[in-house]
Amino acid sequence: MAILVNPDTRILIQGITGSFGAKHAQLSLDYGTKVVAGVTPGKGGQLFSNVVPIFDTVDQAVKETGATVSVVFVPPPFAADAILEGVDAGLDLVVAITEGIPVNDMVKVKQAMRGSKTRLIGPNCPGLVTPGEGEKSHGGCRIGIAPGYIHKKGNVGVVSRSGTLTYEAVWQLTTRGYGQSTCVGIGGDPVNGTSHTDVLKMFNDDPETEAIIMIGEIGGTAEEEAAAWAKEYCKKPIAAFIAGATAPPGRRMGHAGAIVSGGKGTAAAKIAALEDAGIAVSPTPAEMADTLIRHWGK
Amino acid sequence: MNIHEYQARELFAKFGVATQPGAVAFTPDEAEAVASKLGGKIVVKAQIHAGGRGKGTFKNGFKGGVHLCDTPAQARDLASQMLGQVLVTHQTGPEGKEVGKVFVGEAVDITKELYFAILLDRATSAPVVIASTEGGVDIESVAEHTPEKIIRVGVNPALGLMPFQSRKIAATLGLTGPLANQAVKLFASLYKLFIDCDCSMVEINPLVITGKGELLALDAKFNFDDNALYRQPAIVAMRDKSEEDPREVAASEYSLNYIGLDGNIACLVNGAGLAMATMDIIQYAGGKPANFLDVGGGATKDQVSAAFRIILGDANVKGILVNIFGGIMDCNIIANGIVEAARETSLSIPLVVRLEGNNVEAGKKTLAESGLALITGDDILDAAQKVVAAVAKAA
Repeated sequence: MAILVNPDTRILIQGITGSFGAKHAQLSLDYGTKVVAGVTPGKGGQLFSNVVPIFDTVDQAVKETGATVSVVFVPPPFAADAILEGVDAGLDLVVAITEGIPVNDMVKVKQAMRGSKTRLIGPNCPGLVTPGEGEKSHGGCRIGIAPGYIHKKGNVGVVSRSGTLTYEAVWQLTTRGYGQSTCVGIGGDPVNGTSHTDVLKMFNDDPETEAIIMIGEIGGTAEEEAAAWAKEYCKKPIAAFIAGATAPPGRRMGHAGAIVSGGKGTAAAKIAALEDAGIAVSPTPAEMADTLIRHWGK
Repeated sequence: MNIHEYQARELFAKFGVATQPGAVAFTPDEAEAVASKLGGKIVVKAQIHAGGRGKGTFKNGFKGGVHLCDTPAQARDLASQMLGQVLVTHQTGPEGKEVGKVFVGEAVDITKELYFAILLDRATSAPVVIASTEGGVDIESVAEHTPEKIIRVGVNPALGLMPFQSRKIAATLGLTGPLANQAVKLFASLYKLFIDCDCSMVEINPLVITGKGELLALDAKFNFDDNALYRQPAIVAMRDKSEEDPREVAASEYSLNYIGLDGNIACLVNGAGLAMATMDIIQYAGGKPANFLDVGGGATKDQVSAAFRIILGDANVKGILVNIFGGIMDCNIIANGIVEAARETSLSIPLVVRLEGNNVEAGKKTLAESGLALITGDDILDAAQKVVAAVAKAA
């Protein structure tokens, strides 16, 4: 089962010929992911890595290959256009890895996506991984930039605003013998396509997911909203970690969305909301998996 | 990125947002010239990014960074006492900020102070207008103590701020007749500025009604979306690097994400979330972080060296914690970069390294065989405890 993507999902990569896109397209192919198409305007007809056909438009790629998911590696000035091209082609899911998209562009993208069937994850995210059954989780669906080998197929769902903190949590789980159903990076921007709450709902409905790690950070109120939802509806144990307790107010901590402004979005407020919802909050990033395992009792 | 008050007024003028007449002056002569053109009562204001200028004190003993006067000669005299001098306010810290320019403007006869702001509402992914009849004071305390005095109006990004919304806001602020008409025009101009300049916030506090029946933006605070600066050359040109932390300016030249703090344990981390979490765990272990530093996912050896130099340029730093999760990157390459940077900088303070991920065993071997007196941490908590202990021992 897993959520959003599985090892049979057919993906296409927008920006497959750029250095960053090409590197991660190859790593996904090596992981066993079904990368069926690439899109780079002007390079239609060529092959990536001798096997993946490249198209000029997403529409052509979808019609020719049956891809249902796209990954966007397009530079910031062109990323909003690339996302909406995927939406127009009727994809189920668009995952925007690109960091540095102007917020106004994302405001317009979200507005334009209302009523469409496409889900957006990101931008400014590491993507998502549904681990496979092979050695070092080979054969899974790796979309984006996460290291594939750190995963292990299993029953913990992971959702996070931060890339490297996701890898920390996954690695802690894997080295303790606990696998993952799906790991989703929702990204560090203030305006994004999919929230913590959206992913918690999917994990709650997924029979394969038995427990959840949720990683948040300062800025906004998405974690508080997720806590309020989980308190009411989530049937599965959740452990959480919030980064940024020591961040000075008014400063943007690397991620565009990680800023405490007007006294809102503090780590303390988020931790209080999570604890109030019965979620086990890990005191440090070193204990995310252990906190979940204790809370889960398994 | 922040801008000066006079630059905010230049933006207001460009977009037709009504504000008090005046101009910037870099010399006492210029201040006198601006004042002569204005006539009437004059205000002279020191231009630094920090707030609290009016109540600040110059290091030469001159009190206050904001003064009223009656003649151009007096404006000249005030400017000469401020220019080139260091102003200390509650926001500058004891070192203060050197004043390189003053704003010389027409003094405004204020009859009422209001509040008006446009910012991005993350919950709705759309702009929102916040307005209040309680201007000139801290809006956060108004929101806390008298939330009924705060007006919030969401904007549909496809439509922009509609005239009916501006009329409604004006009416709720108690503006009638010609003042209401001025308000509708001012709000529309400000919304255009907000969108066209890729702002994440524009705050007018106070928005004032004058004795002559005008509605003017008297003071403003701007925040710009850093992601959009590539298409805002006119805004980028307003950047004043002398107002920024020199360490942060140096870091930005190497595309490093660095924010200086006041602790004594520096950290160097890959990934923004992990960098924040590393600061947190230093504090959890009983230390104080000296900085936030994200070297990014694909950091080069040059960037790691530059990061070490910036960290060591801070005299407060008494220990360094390197925390790297090498997902795709080879930990051994990172280890070699750390060893080289430590040698180049003749590192003499405790360095604790925690490496995890791809080819970690080779990386640890490189560190161990380097001959450097560095300490390795098994996990993040262990590493944080070790650096805190090493700094305490060295003290």
